[in-house]
Amino acid sequence: MRVGIVCPYAWEVPGGVREHVSGLAEALIELGHEVSVIAPADEDADLPPYVVPAGRAVPVPYNGSVARLAFGFVSAARVRRWLKDGDFDVLHVHEPAAPSLSLLACWAAEGPIVATMHAAMPRSRVLHAAQPILASALEKITGRIAVAEAARSTLVEHLGGDAVLIPNGLHVRRFEKAEPLPGFPGDGGTLGFLGRMDEPRKGLDVLLAAFSQLAPERPGLRLLIAGRGDAAEVMAQVPAPYRDRVVLLGQVSDADRVRMLHSVDVFCAPNTGGESFGYVLVEAMAAGAPIVASDIDAFRRVLRGGAAGELFRVGSPADLAAAVGRLLDDPAHRASLAAAASAAVREFDWSVVARDVVRVYEAVVPAAGRVAVA
Amino acid sequence: MALLIAIIIVVVMLAVLGVYTSWRAGRLDRLHARVDGARFALDAALLRRSSTALELAASGLLDPATSVLLAGAAHDARSAQDTRELAESDLTRALRAVFSQPDFRALLAGKDGAEELLGELESAAHQVFLARKFYNDAVAATHVARHRPLARVLRLAGNAPNPEFFEIDDSLAPANEAGPSTDLPHLTR
Repeated sequence: MRVGIVCPYAWEVPGGVREHVSGLAEALIELGHEVSVIAPADEDADLPPYVVPAGRAVPVPYNGSVARLAFGFVSAARVRRWLKDGDFDVLHVHEPAAPSLSLLACWAAEGPIVATMHAAMPRSRVLHAAQPILASALEKITGRIAVAEAARSTLVEHLGGDAVLIPNGLHVRRFEKAEPLPGFPGDGGTLGFLGRMDEPRKGLDVLLAAFSQLAPERPGLRLLIAGRGDAAEVMAQVPAPYRDRVVLLGQVSDADRVRMLHSVDVFCAPNTGGESFGYVLVEAMAAGAPIVASDIDAFRRVLRGGAAGELFRVGSPADLAAAVGRLLDDPAHRASLAAAASAAVREFDWSVVARDVVRVYEAVVPAAGRVAVA
Repeated sequence: MALLIAIIIVVVMLAVLGVYTSWRAGRLDRLHARVDGARFALDAALLRRSSTALELAASGLLDPATSVLLAGAAHDARSAQDTRELAESDLTRALRAVFSQPDFRALLAGKDGAEELLGELESAAHQVFLARKFYNDAVAATHVARHRPLARVLRLAGNAPNPEFFEIDDSLAPANEAGPSTDLPHLTR
């Protein structure tokens, strides 16, 4: 099949949707399909061969944070030309309600359009305000996919209709084997955190508080953190005597992220909310890391209700510290959790997920013909 | 006799003090009224700006992505309670992003009603800029008056709440691009 995929967020900026699009595109190519992805990106950016740049993304406030989007007449014209040149069997847009390329593609195209919803948006007011504008574009979508139950319920509540639930995928084998970072995990135990340090919903402050509780009793315990943010602000939350046991890696490459996951004894996901799927968690599972995660809906589902990783009370450093302590003292339990996680994560491998997506393509194509430019 | 003179002096002093105090209190009252008036004008200007942004979003003149972006920001600005300043700043940033698209005006030129709507939006945005200046000016004057020792000791401001500055980013002039950072430059915050 010739598949045209639209990514609404800047290609250069790592993020859940962008990872999803590249993973899906590569898995589809592996399955023998022809794929073209259009995404906001500079013309001269270093892009994979399947990505067509739609021009530089503009940072704008959207849905409570700042997103890098492509909108406006110039972007609309580029999407239209890409559609015309692509001559696709199916058009697959991601996050079509975001004011960016996906919406523009829905507007410009006719025929079989599949849309994947990623975010759970409690801020429905935005959708309501833009309802009339969105409706005409979104009505053209012939098949809807949601990556998580939270995203599906947003869709059902605010736009009506229903969606197929197909989880986010990842390339499990890319995570399975990696050399730990030099000196890790070490004898005293190492805790790991992956994610933006300055995004409160990622819950790093909960983990730092838990680490500060554990550190006095466990003199060798270290904390390994990978992600963007202000190092000084993070260190200020740790009592001075334990600061040299907190290692900040900053933003790391994909390869180092995998190595980091192999460098920890317990991976912590202390998120306080806002996650609709839990990509970080699935990565840690694929790397075979024993996990302690917040008991939020998305995480509970991914971790099979606690069978593939320990859950702790959301936002409670004491509860997190207790769970981490139990795991550190029980290597056998760590090993069995890791094994359960490795087994549970199979269903999220792109080879499995992409086949489900292709089945959706096959369901919409016969009825809707080919993709045409309206 | 001396006692009488002393009493007269005290009475006169008290009278002068009373007149002065009441004049001060009246001035403070007028300042508070000025703040109220300026706040009313500022609210009206903000409301006009968000309404016009919504109107542009719904006009069909723009592409749907830009429309949704504007509608979302305008709607947030109108419905924000505690985070009003942030939401209004976000609307400014959204407007700035929309207006600074390459050839934005050229592409809209000649479309029915485009000139009027863009003109009205720009004038509404400028009105916000002016109204905010005057409001903050009144607030500053009130703060100074309330901080005078006499006003503090005699509680001349009574129960009137101390007015707060309204700090937002309200400049529509394109700001410098901040490289690969995801944040827009913060102008007033």
